[in-house]
Amino acid sequence: MDKKVKIYSTPTCPYCIRAKQFLKDNNITFEDFDISNNPAAGEEMVAKSGQMGVPVLDIEGQIIVGFDKERIKEALGV
Amino acid sequence: MLDLIVIGAGPAGITASVYAARKKMELLVISKDIGGQAAWSGDIENYTGFQFITGPELAAKFEEHMRKFGIRLKEGEGVIALEKKGAIVTVTTDKGTYEAKTAIIASGKRSKQLNCPGEKEYKNRGLTYCATCDGPLFAGKDVAVIGGGNSALDAALQLVRIARSVSVVNITPRLGGDPVMQDKLIQSKNVTVLNNASVIQILGDKFVEGVKIKKENKEETLAVSGVFVEIGLMPNSEFAEAIEKNERGEIKINAYNETNCPGVFAAGDVTDCPEKQIIIAAGEGSKAALSAFRYLIQHNF
Repeated sequence: MDKKVKIYSTPTCPYCIRAKQFLKDNNITFEDFDISNNPAAGEEMVAKSGQMGVPVLDIEGQIIVGFDKERIKEALGV
Repeated sequence: MLDLIVIGAGPAGITASVYAARKKMELLVISKDIGGQAAWSGDIENYTGFQFITGPELAAKFEEHMRKFGIRLKEGEGVIALEKKGAIVTVTTDKGTYEAKTAIIASGKRSKQLNCPGEKEYKNRGLTYCATCDGPLFAGKDVAVIGGGNSALDAALQLVRIARSVSVVNITPRLGGDPVMQDKLIQSKNVTVLNNASVIQILGDKFVEGVKIKKENKEETLAVSGVFVEIGLMPNSEFAEAIEKNERGEIKINAYNETNCPGVFAAGDVTDCPEKQIIIAAGEGSKAALSAFRYLIQHNF
């Protein structure tokens, strides 16, 4: 079964764009939360990651801060 | 054997790679990221042909242009060393070793740090070096921008649209940067510029709650939940040990983008080229590629 993937991002952050492109390239379905127009998602992201930098990925509950390709691959099993 | 390794994929590195690809040089681009500082910029209104474009959009166009030529790219690799052995340039990264006949160093610059108490502890906990990325998290909040040059003005101009108030903490007697940007900033209602002010400490609990500054020998605390550090840049040139640099660590080049080491060229913000602009970096990148091409012909490689 596909893993549940969430990404917290802003439209202007280069690493968010790259992280989303990376997920698309690997045919991963994900839910994108644009925290620039969704303050509740922003608060959720801060609560989950304990920090305020984007992007944050939530892969089946595993929280990854930043576009850390190796950790993302590992968490996804790709 | 590769003809060329380009280190960096900002405006200089990408332009160099496009020119080299059109000369049918065998090349490899190694870079930590794509777009370099351009990708972190806000509004760009001085890149000819684009009356208005945002940094991320321009960076995406640069990347698209590079991808069109099918250029080999190692993304996410940091260069640790560059050495010339005989006629060969060896580039060592955190993931491998590569050899080529020539190299172009276009590794750009990175943000300078404040080096004050609290900076490390609160990084990404309210303190950030990228207003473009993290600005939206501070919607309706009070923030401080540290710095008074173009990067600081750019950050402040992005933040005035998002934050409740923006305090610009500038260490010099008056703001630097482009007068057009200064005017825009001064016209913004929610901005306070504090000149002759330096940062002493970043304060907070779990997240940033304030910044302690010293202005005209008086200490005061600004209650802010965001601190954007924009106090300038330093060149990513440490890996090029044998390459000559100036007192700021910038790689010395001549008008042909040659360094002191034959076959090693440099372009863009990492060099001592007098102005640091996206359009200049791009132009310098093209010059460096053409010089590398000429070097290959002259040396019968």
